[in-house]
Amino acid sequence: MQQNKELVRAFFGRFFETGNLTDDLDIFKAGFVNSLFAMQLIGWIEKNFSTTVSDEDLNLANFNSVNAIANFIERKGV
Amino acid sequence: MNKINEVEARRDEFRAFTREFVSPYATQHDNEERIADHIVPDLAKRGYLAPFISQKWGGEGMDMITLGMLHEEIGCGCSSVRSLLTVHGMSAFALNRWGSDALKEKWLSALVRGEKIGGFALSEPNAGSDVSGIEMTATVHEDGFLLNGTKKWITFGQIGDVFILMAKAEQGFTAFVVEKDMPGLTIEPILGMTGTRGSMLAQLNFKDYFVHQDNVLASPAFGNVVMLSTLVFGRFSVASGSVGIIQASMDAVIEYSVRVQRFGKPLYKHQLVAQMITKMLSDLTASRLLCRNAGELLDKADPSDIQAVFLAKYLASTSAVRAAADAVQIHGANGCTDKYPVERLLRDAKVMEIIEGSTQILEEKIADIELQSYEQRDGK
Ligand SMILES: Cc1cc2nc3c(=O)[nH]c(=O)nc-3n(C[C@H](O)[C@H](O)[C@H](O)COP(=O)(O)OP(=O)(O)OC[C@H]3O[C@@H](n4cnc5c(N)ncnc54)[C@H](O)[C@@H]3O)c2cc1C
Repeated sequence: MQQNKELVRAFFGRFFETGNLTDDLDIFKAGFVNSLFAMQLIGWIEKNFSTTVSDEDLNLANFNSVNAIANFIERKGV
Repeated sequence: MNKINEVEARRDEFRAFTREFVSPYATQHDNEERIADHIVPDLAKRGYLAPFISQKWGGEGMDMITLGMLHEEIGCGCSSVRSLLTVHGMSAFALNRWGSDALKEKWLSALVRGEKIGGFALSEPNAGSDVSGIEMTATVHEDGFLLNGTKKWITFGQIGDVFILMAKAEQGFTAFVVEKDMPGLTIEPILGMTGTRGSMLAQLNFKDYFVHQDNVLASPAFGNVVMLSTLVFGRFSVASGSVGIIQASMDAVIEYSVRVQRFGKPLYKHQLVAQMITKMLSDLTASRLLCRNAGELLDKADPSDIQAVFLAKYLASTSAVRAAADAVQIHGANGCTDKYPVERLLRDAKVMEIIEGSTQILEEKIADIELQSYEQRDGK
């Protein structure tokens, strides 16, 4: 879990400054990211964790913070 | 055989098909502002309409490198037919990637077989490059939504049966699968386009059109993700089709400049004409390689595929305009008549610079993404 969080943070770091980012901050509400990012995030999860993000997974609550994404990856069992 | 040789082996097949079933009708499509009736069945018979769809739904699971080559070859013959492959493919892509099992069941085989025609409805009178200008609304109604608003410039809107459509819902941008034959939708043909004149554009007017919630793609707030991923597919197709336009310009120039003599020698032997041919060939080669690179990254689902597709579309579409304009130039007055294909190529090429991300929008996006990865590389 902790390792996944680090990976997510490193991925975020490719797009914006993560210094003050807490693990549960909603990155969409906080205006850090746009939809191109959302698409790249899904592509990144699929590629790096060899999983498929299906239409049922598409709930903002799965993707809006470091914690949410790390939990999602864990739930997918990868 | 390595991958590239394997893919190249299919070029002959695509080219032979284009020569027999597509190119001879390009002028007719342009003049009549519609594609000939046999085009869809001919494409369907060979499985060219949505070949990237898996065998489960009747496709062949074609990789993107090969698909790009197919769209290039068809685009070399007729940009209107290529634009059918683009938007039809986009609808199949979106359904395959983001549709529920029920939506896939309902549409995919029918799209692959050409029994239904698909389209992509994003643009509106006040929303093109700037999709935040979308005014079409989706308001919750019973177990679905009511759509109200107008979609404009919809390729093959005149004959489309199903559209992937973007509207503003309370939850955010939402992608819907919208069927033609339902109350509340009227379709007005758009005629008199400059290029891709056979692509049967239409304006779709929605008034209290009811769409069931099962026809939402992905989930309500994820319309942007559906839209952007589908646009990557469409942009790759347009990039490949633009390479086809450069090739067609080159073919026309070679034929003409070898045959026609001026100042005592064939045109191509004049150095300034040779210079145009050289530029055209380098543009053609570079654009084709960028498309192949993009196809390879798309096949690997590499996150850098987005930038690779932007670059391929940028170079190929701007080069297509240059190549077609030079081809007209080399043909002189003949190039300004509809007796030669080059004036149509120029009109078609100009459209490539506007659709699927205009040149200016790509110039901004490409630089943005590059700066982002530069900062990342340097750990700034
Ligand atoms: C033949 C054809 C087929 C089409 N098919 C479809 C279809 O099937 N489905 C669909 O949804 N749409 C379709 N479109 C619409 C197409 O997607 C839009 O035309 C395109 O997105 C550009 O939008 P616009 O025409 O509103 O131009 P605008 O967005 O109004 O742009 C006008 C000009 O301003 C420039 N510009 C805009 N913003 C900026 C900026 N920020 N910085 C610098 N310059 C800028 C643009 O580059 C362009 O040169 C089609 C269009 C054509 C011509």
